[in-house]
Amino acid sequence: MLESFDQSEELQMFREAVRKMSEKEFAPIAAQIDDEDAMPDKVMPLLRDMGLVQLQVSEAYEGPGGTLLMNCIAKEEVARHSFAVSHLVGACDFAMVLPLRAFGTEEQRRHFLPQVATGNITAAIGLTEPGTGSDVSGIKTTARRDGDHWVINGQKTFITKGDTAKFINVIARTSEGTRGGGLSSFLVEQRTPGLTIGGAVRKMGLRGIKSVDLFFDDLRVPAENMIGAEGQGFKNTMHCLNYNRPTVAASALGLAQGALDAAVAYANEREQFGQKVIQFQAIGHKLAEMRIQIEAARALLYRVCALADSGATNGLAEMASCAKAFASNTAMQVTTEAVQVFGGAGYLCDNPVERMMRDAKVTQIYEGTTEIQKLIIARSMVA
Amino acid sequence: MKVLVPVKRVIDYNVKVRVKSDGSGVDLANVKMSMNPFDEIAVEEAIRLKEAGTADEVIAVSIGVKQAQETLRTALAMGADRAILVVAADDVHQDIEPLAVAKILAKVVEEEGAGLVLAGKQAIDNDMNATGQMLSALLGWSQATFASDLKIEGEHAVVTREVDGGLQTIKVKMPAIVTVDLRLNEPRYASLPNIMKAKKKPLDEKTAADYGIDVSPRLEVVKTSEPETRQAGEIVPDVDTLVAKLKEKGII
Ligand SMILES: Cc1cc2nc3c(=O)[nH]c(=O)nc-3n(C[C@H](O)[C@H](O)[C@H](O)COP(=O)(O)OP(=O)(O)OC[C@H]3O[C@@H](n4cnc5c(N)ncnc54)[C@H](O)[C@@H]3O)c2cc1C
Repeated sequence: MLESFDQSEELQMFREAVRKMSEKEFAPIAAQIDDEDAMPDKVMPLLRDMGLVQLQVSEAYEGPGGTLLMNCIAKEEVARHSFAVSHLVGACDFAMVLPLRAFGTEEQRRHFLPQVATGNITAAIGLTEPGTGSDVSGIKTTARRDGDHWVINGQKTFITKGDTAKFINVIARTSEGTRGGGLSSFLVEQRTPGLTIGGAVRKMGLRGIKSVDLFFDDLRVPAENMIGAEGQGFKNTMHCLNYNRPTVAASALGLAQGALDAAVAYANEREQFGQKVIQFQAIGHKLAEMRIQIEAARALLYRVCALADSGATNGLAEMASCAKAFASNTAMQVTTEAVQVFGGAGYLCDNPVERMMRDAKVTQIYEGTTEIQKLIIARSMVA
Repeated sequence: MKVLVPVKRVIDYNVKVRVKSDGSGVDLANVKMSMNPFDEIAVEEAIRLKEAGTADEVIAVSIGVKQAQETLRTALAMGADRAILVVAADDVHQDIEPLAVAKILAKVVEEEGAGLVLAGKQAIDNDMNATGQMLSALLGWSQATFASDLKIEGEHAVVTREVDGGLQTIKVKMPAIVTVDLRLNEPRYASLPNIMKAKKKPLDEKTAADYGIDVSPRLEVVKTSEPETRQAGEIVPDVDTLVAKLKEKGII
């Protein structure tokens, strides 16, 4: 495979190293992670030692100083074998690294980022509530000022890694407002009194990474844990999404590539009517179509990464949405077709493509559904 | 003690090798290249010696085309302290023969005052299995080849060698050249922090002429040919049929 996006020797070396690790360490346990819906203890230290959990923490805060492009390379290579494990690459990005980088005070960065840089912690983002998903402005969880603290009350749902995260970035309402106004962001530390972690939701895919309900009952968070200005929580979160959606695209892309790899191997082996099934034009063209989608998704994704890493902001939001929507649709289509290439064997739990198909679906839903991505893209074109 | 590790840039082991149409060799244009896998094991062993406090410095050396600096960066990202690139060819298809490589390495060893050379037992492109041995002869140092275990004990190196049908443990006097085999260790992955650090590590560039070594080839490649394509296999229903088939083909 040509990897013309990895223009420097460094990036090539990096992809190579992550690929080797993923093949050796994650491919053999991917089925088990799905089956047992549990992440083995050895995974975090492996990712940490490679610098992947803390990838985007800059050197100034004791991190490795990786870029969004590197983050996406790593997620792609890891997701090729285990979609679940890829969620631990840049595991604190959305909740901590991105908001602190853009909106944190120097004091907050000095306090939080070195903890992320250890590579030993994960963080969760708490936006969604039982009554609000796509429409973030409907958030009902409140935060009320009380001296040098804020007091949080309410409930969040679907909070990925909420059970194990060291910090949860809770988006709560600090005043009445319209269209996302009046929301603020707080870093809540695990085990703060008033925080109750509910049971994990049962999911069709992404097993091994838990999503939980969180309940806040007069939870007191120090005022210095508010990230960004009061009332700017919605706007700031949308900004961070521009840098996090590409990483969702990267996991989706890896998943699609993994499914294609498996389908190609199978089609070159399986014989019917006296020939390898890849020799049937119907199957050959199917594989070609899958490849086209993947190559296009990769080209789009890495173009968005280059844009984001260059510091450009103009047009970034809709480009990030393009990459997220296209890569996640690609993942869904390619994994579904991979099952088809396997025939009956593809429907069995012993083959990876069945798991990949279940995993793919969520990429079209979380971090903004495909419909919401299209809404963002469409709005950007309104004169 | 300084440990010198020669690393060679070779065609990646995953690449399906294609012979050039004129039969003069393997086509290397726009082909993925990487560090010779045995050299990776040598680098890993050198880093482990440093981590154990036995070695003070690990120096990676590559002799070949300018692009070999990528291979050296990999060694630096794994944990080598610095690197020396000796540019000896412009064309990626020009292979520097073992004797020329050994002669240059001998000069580097002397210049650096290295106390141990850890090399791959062979490069996977030409499978010569000669450089380490030649270097030992040129320097008059001890040699221990095909190492699957290595311990430095004071003035000696205790090396377990993988020989036909078993293992042989020998003790050689230092300074020594040890060529490493597959089972010596499992090389680490280059981590992101180390890749970033590698960018700042020194990489000196020299030429073969700096060492006064003539690298012109002494061997002539007469012909290179593709291996014969494998015949399709056949699935037999049971052992009796298998035995009958083997007898029929005169194999047993
Ligand atoms: C596995 C998993 C993990 C998750 N992790 C997290 C997490 O860590 N943190 C977090 O905060 N949330 C998380 N979520 C929640 C996720 O972000 C939401 O599910 C998602 O944003 C969609 O919201 P919803 O489920 O309320 O769907 P709804 O918003 O109710 O949408 C229902 C349907 O209506 C469509 N729709 C809604 N609005 C529009 C519109 N304006 N135009 C067109 N169509 C529209 C949607 O596309 C969808 O098809 C997770 C979800 C899942 C499944």
